[in-house]
Amino acid sequence: MTGPAFPKERVKEPGPVIEASRLRKTFGDLVAVDDISFAVHPGECFGILGPNGAGKTTTIRMIYGFSPMTGGTLQVFGLDIAQQPRAIKTRIGVCQQENTLDPDLTAQQNLEVFARYFDIPPAQATERANELLKFMALENRKDARSAELSGGMVRRLVLARALVNQPELLILDEPTTGLDPQARHQVWERLEDLRAKGLSILLTTHYMDEASRLCDRLMIMDQGRILVEGEPAELIRQYVGRDIIEVAVPEEALRQFIRERDLQSEDLGHRLIIYLEDRDDLYHEIRERYCGEGCTLRMATMEDVFLKLTGRELRE
Amino acid sequence: MTSGGSWNITRRFIRVWQRNFKAYGQSWKIGFIPPLLEPLFYLLAFGVGLAALVGKIHYRGIDMSYMAFIAPALIAINIMNNAFYENTYSSYVRMYYYKTFDAMMATPLSLEEIITGEIIWGATKSLIATAIMQVVISLFGLIHYPEGLLILPLAFFGGLAFGALGMFFTGIVKSIELFNLPIFLFVTPMFLFGGTFFPIENLPHWAQLVAVALPLTHLVNLTRAFSTGSLDSSVGTGLAYLAVFSLIFFPLALRKMHQRLIR
Repeated sequence: MTGPAFPKERVKEPGPVIEASRLRKTFGDLVAVDDISFAVHPGECFGILGPNGAGKTTTIRMIYGFSPMTGGTLQVFGLDIAQQPRAIKTRIGVCQQENTLDPDLTAQQNLEVFARYFDIPPAQATERANELLKFMALENRKDARSAELSGGMVRRLVLARALVNQPELLILDEPTTGLDPQARHQVWERLEDLRAKGLSILLTTHYMDEASRLCDRLMIMDQGRILVEGEPAELIRQYVGRDIIEVAVPEEALRQFIRERDLQSEDLGHRLIIYLEDRDDLYHEIRERYCGEGCTLRMATMEDVFLKLTGRELRE
Repeated sequence: MTSGGSWNITRRFIRVWQRNFKAYGQSWKIGFIPPLLEPLFYLLAFGVGLAALVGKIHYRGIDMSYMAFIAPALIAINIMNNAFYENTYSSYVRMYYYKTFDAMMATPLSLEEIITGEIIWGATKSLIATAIMQVVISLFGLIHYPEGLLILPLAFFGGLAFGALGMFFTGIVKSIELFNLPIFLFVTPMFLFGGTFFPIENLPHWAQLVAVALPLTHLVNLTRAFSTGSLDSSVGTGLAYLAVFSLIFFPLALRKMHQRLIR
């Protein structure tokens, strides 16, 4: 599948695409974003992970000029968002978390009307809309209203709409939340295409597989602060090791064994999680001596890092 | 977004107007029906049914038929309703349920441009509905031309005033049901007592003072002056009133929408 070029002539940005320094946002007494600093580099896909209420959406809303920041500095394309929001917004594409498609308009009209918000001339807007409908495999539904589209199609159309101005930076707030597995994979493939074309992407998610698959680098936020930042594989290695043994209904003897060997573990009562680094010998020992049925050796994932750092309490 | 205390409005607001025009184009056949039928119903009920009881109306030194008296009022009410309902219920739906404004704010459009485009669209709805209604009423020979043509620019001008008022309420209501309150407190009393179906001189003195303070009274004076072709000093007063009213409520609407949406 060949898609449109993004953008046609890429201007080489010497510095970061996004540079936040001591970025802060408060709502009354609530500190939603607490003095965070980070940078996103050209051509990279950067993820913001965190439980509900971590400050992910608030952070990206400041980046696309939706929410004024309370403190710190924030530069996009080297421009100050507080000073030149319009110049910045011309060059970014945004997929908001909620469906903000225009229900009064057809799929094609949604793209055309949106292109006009960027002052793209009508003929070019139509051409661009057709290109994007094709890229997102929606050309058969171009006359459908958004209410007639499936969840996956809606999300693809929102994504198409975010690309209508040939942005240099794509901002996605939970791009696959609420989609079925097939639709998620379709969105991921499109995002991978875009990343391969050199588009810089900033996304928030709470799906760890999504973050691992798409992000070159990511940061985990909780309660408005950055807990860690780095490449997914590196973070996994650093925080949880390579392998994980999960033991269902662990015996006291196993707990004793872990204490003796000074192994990294997490005790959830009915379940014990042991973090290992390349220790097949230990796995065999544990399995032979302490496991009945419920013993699993598996690769460590981003989800282990996430749960280890943000805890297991429900966030509501 | 404001920078340096000034409103951030460029002619880009026209894009918001174009969005609404395009959406209106999807259902214009339905949009045409009320301004076509409404004057017929009113003229039939009041002009034919009630006129038999009322007889002639003596208004500002002229004797006129009751139908000729209420026809311009129907136009004025139509101007008020189209802009006011567009910038209350319809704008609220776009803002709160459709999230259209959220999507627009992620583009180069500023919030001020979005609100300006909405209000100008509301005034455009008034203009379109008035043009249709005026054709129907003219067929009854109730509008004096060429002065009657002035009603069209007035429809847009009056629409701005009522649209700005509507948008102000959209900026402050907690939920869509609460539009009932300004409608009950302002729109309905104006509809009944704003010199529409009887001259305000028939009201007690204190009520006349209230009526003169309200915008529809002035808009009715203007449509009536243009319909009858008797352009007197009330035209200047009415236009000045509507201009001041818009100049108060337009910035107020911008401010309230800003407080509501920029967080």
